[in-house]
Amino acid sequence: MLRRKLARHGFAIFATVLLGGFLSATLVRFAPGFDVDESELDPHLNSASIQALRDSRTRQNDIVHFYVQSLRRALNGDLGRSLSLGQPVTTLLRERIPLTFRLVGVALVLSWAAVLGIALTGTWLRLPAYDGLGTVLSGTLLCIPAAVLALLSVLWNVPGTLAIALIIFPRDYRYTRNLLARAYAQPHVLAARAKGLNEVRILFWHVVPVAAPQLLAVAGVSVSLAIGAAIPVEALCGLAGVGQLAWQAALGRDLPLLMNITLLMTLVTLLANSGADVAGSMLRGESA
Amino acid sequence: MFASLRKSILLWAICLGLLPGVSFAQNVLRLCLRSEPKTFDPLKVEDDASVSVRYLTGGVLVRLNRQTQALEPELAQSWNVSKDGKQISFKLRSGVSFSDGTPFSADDVAYTVQQLMDPALHSATGDAFRTGPGKVETKILSPTQISISFPALVAGLDRQFDQVAIMSAHSPKKEMAVLGPFMVADYKPGSTLLLKKNPNYWKTDDQGRKLPYLDAIQIDIQANRDVELLRFKRNEIDLINTLDSEYFDKLADTSPKVVHDAGPSLDSEQMWFNEVQKAPIPAYKKTWFRSVNFRRAISEAINRDDMAKIVFRGHAQPAIGPVSPANKFWFNAKLKPQPYSPETALKTLQADGFRLENGTLKDKDGNAVVFSVITNAGNKYRERMATMMQDDLQKIGIHVNVVTLDFPSLIERMTQSFDYEAILLGLTNVGLDPSDQMNVWLSSSDNHQWNPSEKTPETPWEAEIDKLMRAQASSADARKRKESFDRVQEIAMEQMPFIYLVNRNALSAVSTTVHGANPVILAPQTYWNMDRLSVK
Amino acid sequence: MSFWRKLAAFVLVAALAFSLAANWLAPGGYAKQYREATDASPSRQHWLGTDEIGRDRFARVLYGTRISLLLAPAAALLSTLVAALVGGLAGYLGGMWARAAMTVTDLFLSLPWLFLLITIRALMPLNVSPLVSVLVTFLLLGMLGWTSAARVLCATSSSLRNSDFVRQARASGIRGARLFWIHVLPNLKPVLYAQFWISIPAFILSEANLGILGLGVAEPLPSWGSLLKELEGLVSVGEEPWKFVPLFLLVIVVTSFQLVLSNSDEVAA
Repeated sequence: MLRRKLARHGFAIFATVLLGGFLSATLVRFAPGFDVDESELDPHLNSASIQALRDSRTRQNDIVHFYVQSLRRALNGDLGRSLSLGQPVTTLLRERIPLTFRLVGVALVLSWAAVLGIALTGTWLRLPAYDGLGTVLSGTLLCIPAAVLALLSVLWNVPGTLAIALIIFPRDYRYTRNLLARAYAQPHVLAARAKGLNEVRILFWHVVPVAAPQLLAVAGVSVSLAIGAAIPVEALCGLAGVGQLAWQAALGRDLPLLMNITLLMTLVTLLANSGADVAGSMLRGESA
Repeated sequence: MFASLRKSILLWAICLGLLPGVSFAQNVLRLCLRSEPKTFDPLKVEDDASVSVRYLTGGVLVRLNRQTQALEPELAQSWNVSKDGKQISFKLRSGVSFSDGTPFSADDVAYTVQQLMDPALHSATGDAFRTGPGKVETKILSPTQISISFPALVAGLDRQFDQVAIMSAHSPKKEMAVLGPFMVADYKPGSTLLLKKNPNYWKTDDQGRKLPYLDAIQIDIQANRDVELLRFKRNEIDLINTLDSEYFDKLADTSPKVVHDAGPSLDSEQMWFNEVQKAPIPAYKKTWFRSVNFRRAISEAINRDDMAKIVFRGHAQPAIGPVSPANKFWFNAKLKPQPYSPETALKTLQADGFRLENGTLKDKDGNAVVFSVITNAGNKYRERMATMMQDDLQKIGIHVNVVTLDFPSLIERMTQSFDYEAILLGLTNVGLDPSDQMNVWLSSSDNHQWNPSEKTPETPWEAEIDKLMRAQASSADARKRKESFDRVQEIAMEQMPFIYLVNRNALSAVSTTVHGANPVILAPQTYWNMDRLSVK
Repeated sequence: MSFWRKLAAFVLVAALAFSLAANWLAPGGYAKQYREATDASPSRQHWLGTDEIGRDRFARVLYGTRISLLLAPAAALLSTLVAALVGGLAGYLGGMWARAAMTVTDLFLSLPWLFLLITIRALMPLNVSPLVSVLVTFLLLGMLGWTSAARVLCATSSSLRNSDFVRQARASGIRGARLFWIHVLPNLKPVLYAQFWISIPAFILSEANLGILGLGVAEPLPSWGSLLKELEGLVSVGEEPWKFVPLFLLVIVVTSFQLVLSNSDEVAA
C-alpha cells in the first residue's frame, strides 16, 4: 500500500518536474530580451560580430527541440553550458548546491525551532500580551524587505542563514499560530480539560496531532519559501549558491542554466510538498 | 626516541607558530569586482570583470600609461608604424618567459595575432583591428622581431596593442600561461578569484627589484555597492575602484585621505530619441523626434547643473558634447556648454508649431507632448536623472513617463523591436581615440543608436558624419584626424542626435595601507600600476 | 469588540483618512523637488526631511499610503480568495482533484514568474498611466500570490472533510456547494486570515521590487514599497533614522490589520 502510494507520488513528481522544466524554458524563451546580449552594445564590435552574437542565441529559438535535446543530453550527465558564465551547468550546480542546501536547511531548522517554540508556548500560555508580542515580532519581520535583512546580516556579520530564517519565520509563525489556536478551540479540548488533563498533555496529545497535517503542509511550503528567500540573500551577501546563480541567470536570460535551476527547484518543492502530503495523510489515517 | 619525538613536536610547533607569519595574508591587496569574469581567454574578453583580470594578468607589447596617457614600451622594447598606418614592426624583449616558464618570442606574438584575427572569433579586441577586408600577415624576422601587416589602415595602430594580451603558442596551459604581473591561482565561481604574483614577470623597478611588490591579489565578487563600501570601511578590502558619489562624501567626512576625485572621467550620461522609421510609435511622435528643433529644445530645457550637483553631489560636470573634456587631445574646446533656459526651449519649439495650452505643450496638430523615457533599472543615478528631467520638462508643459526596465528588455527594445521613444543610458570605459566610436557614428552601423543600420544615410548631416569618421579613420596624420573629429563633434552639438547630460568624475577610495596608488581617470582607475602597489 | 481591536480599527481608519487628506496636509505635493534642500534632515518645513532629489518625504509617505493601503489589501483579498477556491475546494473534493490542484500549485511555486511579468510589461504600452501600472501590478501579485496558502488550505480542508460535524451535516442531507460554503469554508478562516495578513506587507514590498521590470509605481508617484527601498542604502541610513518612519508605519498598519482580523476564540481558547 505504502509502496504503491510512493510509486504514484514518484511518477507524479517526475512528470511534474519535466513539465515544470518545459514551462520555465518556455517562459524564458518568450520573455523579451531573450535574443539579446549586453555585449552587442560594445561599440568596438562590428556588424558581423554582432550578428554572430545574435545567431548564437537563435539556436534556442525552437523551444521544444531545445528541451528535448537538453533532456537527451541530461541522461548522459551533460546539462549544457551556461550562456552567461561560459561554464558547464553541471559544474556550476555541483559547486553551488551544497552551500544553498546548507543555508536553506539550517535556516529552516532555525525558523521552525523559533516558530514552534513561540507558537506552542503562546498557545499553551494563552496570554494576550505574549500573543501580541509574537504578532508584533512577526509583523515587523514581514515588513522589512528581504534585501534589508540580507544587508543587515552583512552589517552585523551574522550568517546569511539567519537572514533566510528571519524571512520565512513570520509566514510560518502566522499559519502555525492560527492553526494551533484553532485546534485549541475544538470541543474535544474542552472535554479533555474538563476531564482534568494538564495543559501540557492537552497541547501535545490533543492539539498538536489535530493540527499536524496542516503544520506539515506549512512545513512543505516553507521549503520553497526558503529557497526563494535564498536568492536575494545569496546575491547580496556574496554567497556562491544556487540562488545567486539563479539571479545572474535571470538577468542574463541564460536558458540552459535557468531551465536546470527550475528543474532542481521544482524537484525540491515537489519532494517537500509530497512528503508533507504523504505524512499528513498517514496522520489522518487516509490513503493519499 | 623521546628526543626525536620532542624534536618533531618542536618542529611542528614552530611551523604552526610560523604559519601566521608566513601566512598568505602578507602583502595581499583585496578588492571587489562587481560581476563574474566570463572568460580568462584574453582574446574573448568583453565584460568589465574579464577586462580587469586581463589587465592584471596579461602581458602586452605596449602599454598606455593611464596617468600620462602616453604609450610606453612593455614586452616590445620599441616599435615602428609605417607611414600608411597598415604595418607595425616590434622589437621584442629577450629573456622573457611566461608564468609557467615557457620562453616568450615572436612566435607567440604571431600566434596571438593570428588567433585574434581569426574570422570565427568575434571579439571587440579583434574587431578594433578589422578596418578592411583581407588577411592580416605576420612576418617573424627573428625570435625578437616581428612585423604585422593589415589590409587597411588602422587608426592609432600601436595604441590598439594595449588591449592585446600575448598568449603562448607552445605552453600546454594555453591562456593560463601569462606574461603579466599576476596569474590566476584559484577561482571559486561566484565567490573569489585569487591572483598570485607571476614568478617569471620580467619587469624590475628602478632599483632593480623584481616586480610586482604584491604577493597576491584577492578579488571578491560583490555586486552590491553598499556591501562593498561596508567591507571597505571594515578594512576587509583595500580599494574601491569606482566609488559612488554619495558614498564619496560620506567617506570623505570620516576619512578624507582615502577618497580620490580624479576629475571628469571619459564616461558620459546621455539620452536620445528614437528616429527609426519603422519604429512602432505614432507617426506624430516620429515627427517630433526627427525634428532638430524638438531635440534642441529638450536639451535646452534640461538643467544639467542641477543634475551634476544633486544626483552626483557635485562630482560630475555638465556635458558639452560627445567627448569629455578629460580627453584633452580629442575634445573640441571650441564647443560651448548647453545653457539651461526653459524660455529659449519654448521659443525653439514654437518654431516647429508647438504651443503651450493650459500648462500642456501641444504640437501643431493638437497632440499633447507626452513621451516615455526608458532607462535600466537598478541604476539609481539614472533613475534620479530621469526623474529630474521629468520635472524640468514638466515646466515647459511636456509630460514624461519614466520607465525602468531590466537591461535585456531595454536592449531588446533598443536594438530589435525599436519599441521605445527615448532612452537614457551612458557610455562607460570609453576609449580615448574616436575610432573606438566608429560603430556609433557610422549610419550603417548596428550601434548607431538613434537609427541603426541605415542602408544609406537618411539625413545630410549623418552623411557628413560618415564621411568625416571614415576620413579620420583612414588618416595617419593626427592633426587631420583631429580636424575631422572636431567637425563631427560640432555636428553632434548642432543636430543633437544624443542629448549629452553629464560627465561623471572618476571617484575611488584607496586605503591608507596601500602604497603607490595614484588614482587616474582611465580604467582601471586605482590599480593601473598594480605591479608597483604594496600593502603595509 | 475588545479595546485593542477598536484601537487597531481606529488606526487603520486614521491612516486612510490622513492619506486622503494629503492634499491639505502636504499641499506641496509628492513630486515637487526642493532642489536647494536635497537629502535634508527633518525641519519645520519638511517634517520627515527630503529625499535625494529634494522631494518632501512626509508628503510622499501620505500619498504613498493611499496606494499601498488601498491596493495591497485588495490584492491580498484576491490572493486569499483564489487560495480558498483552489486549495479549499481541492481538499474538500479530495482524490484526483486534490492531487491535480496541488500539482498545479507546486508548479506555480516553482516556475520563474519573473519572465511572465517581464512579458506582461512588454505587452503594456510604455505610456501607461502610473495608476494603471500600479493596478496591473497588484492584480498580478494577487493572481500569483496564492500558492503557499492553497497547500495549507488543502490540508486543512482534507482534515475537515471527514470530521464529525461535516459527516453530521452530510447525514442531514446537506451536500455539495452548500456543505462547502457553510460548513467547511468558515473553518478555514485561520489560514485565510493568516494568508491575508501575510500578503499585505509582502505585496507592498513586492510592488517596489517589480520596479526593476518596469511594473509597479512609476515616478514620481510614491508607494510604501518605494519608500522602504531607501532602507537598502543601509550604510547611511543608520545616521538618518527618519528614513525608518515608513517601516514603522507599515508595522503599525500590519499589526492593526492582524488585531482587527483576530477572533477571541483564536486568541484565548
